[in-house]
Amino acid sequence: MDATLIADAPAAATDRETMVRFEDVRKAFGTVEVLRGISLEVHRGDVTVLIGRSGSGKSTALRCINGLETINGGRLTVCGRKLHEPGVDLRALRQEVGIVFQSYNLFPHLTAAQNVMLAPRKVKRIGIREARELAREVLAQVGLADKAEAYPEQLSGGQQQRVAIARSLAMHPRLILFDEVTSALDPELTGEVLRVIERLAQGGMTMVLVTHEMGFARSVADQLVFMHQGTVWEAGSGDILRDPQTPELRQFVGNGL
Amino acid sequence: MSYEFDFAFLDEYGPELLRGVWLTLGMTAASVLPGFLLGTLCAVGRLYGPPWVRRVAIVYVEAIRNTPLVIQVFWLFFGLAVLQVRIGAFPAAVLALVINVGAYTAEIMRAGFESIPKGQVEAASCLALTRSQVIWGVQLPQAVERVYPALVSQFVLMMLATSIMSQISAEELTGVAYQIQAFTFRGFEVYLVIAGIYVALAAALRLVLLGCATVAFPRRRRLGTPL
Repeated sequence: MDATLIADAPAAATDRETMVRFEDVRKAFGTVEVLRGISLEVHRGDVTVLIGRSGSGKSTALRCINGLETINGGRLTVCGRKLHEPGVDLRALRQEVGIVFQSYNLFPHLTAAQNVMLAPRKVKRIGIREARELAREVLAQVGLADKAEAYPEQLSGGQQQRVAIARSLAMHPRLILFDEVTSALDPELTGEVLRVIERLAQGGMTMVLVTHEMGFARSVADQLVFMHQGTVWEAGSGDILRDPQTPELRQFVGNGL
Repeated sequence: MSYEFDFAFLDEYGPELLRGVWLTLGMTAASVLPGFLLGTLCAVGRLYGPPWVRRVAIVYVEAIRNTPLVIQVFWLFFGLAVLQVRIGAFPAAVLALVINVGAYTAEIMRAGFESIPKGQVEAASCLALTRSQVIWGVQLPQAVERVYPALVSQFVLMMLATSIMSQISAEELTGVAYQIQAFTFRGFEVYLVIAGIYVALAAALRLVLLGCATVAFPRRRRLGTPL
């Protein structure tokens, strides 16, 4: 897969569909400007990794993609939907864009399989048999076929996070967002979650990740984006970590590795 | 000072006592579910409804929680009479209990809903569930589970509160007791027996409600987590 340096790559440089396009996107919480005009493209099949310090705006940028945050300026197009225009159908968008959170957010009163089946049943209205089959399939995909009947509290953090990934996969999204999904896990459990994400990447899933795992970011990213003070400071392939062009990224990498 | 206990009235008034027990149980049984539903609707309306629904819910909850039950019962019973609506003592009592316990349940359920982490709602709406699917399918089951012990207490209190219904001539347990002591002048013994019966009824109600919990919360059942 070719990595594009988005700063100077024309849209025609790739024939693959653009899934997400940020154009000078701005976002403020009150008087605090969190995104100060970011431009960014995510192509189908690519893994885009956002890195940066806390407060650099990377999680906010990610959350804008599925409408968890509304933008204050610029243009944001996701799966052909213009999120900068009023009247966006968020529910339709969210059937195409999945998200996995740092804190898993599994439904504690439901088993792993029920967590996975809930949205396909209620949103896509599929039958119970088909839903069970689907649950088996996606839980197997994350290596938890044997945990279908377990409740979240019976699972380790890593297993819970894998169920959360399966829950997202069950909606057959075109794009999945990962918001610091391993930040609450110890190194061993982090590994099992990262391996699942890696497999999805190899399977061609389009993904946008926010992560602090620098080694993983470098190995999995088709596009690596370093955010700083609410802007895209530096972007390119995973190699930008080896050869940072800005002192900010150099310092960040120095601290991170 | 010596006092001769005399429980002879038990033989003579046994059937009356039993009828009183049945009426108390009947009022309670008829009020629990509607009261729970009313309270839950009010909690949801107050938290997530449009402004006018919120206002109605607040006025209802505060009006009920800040007036005595017996006044609410009179107000309903005589108010309905003024409106030319004729209903019996039993339906009037049940209606009053539902309205009363609904207000308290609304506050308990509101606490339950508010105790659920925001991430739950966020995750559910990110799965494209509608607002109402999130409320009824994700938040409600967790909210009920969290506040269930408080709900059980509230319904036991409601059962004990049926003891004022003889005021509108619904001759429940306490009403029967009042009559028996009026005939026998054995007030101390009568109310001792009545207190014992209430204790037994309360224990039974708790048992039944805990039984409901094992059916309603499969996770508790499977993991053996006590409520």
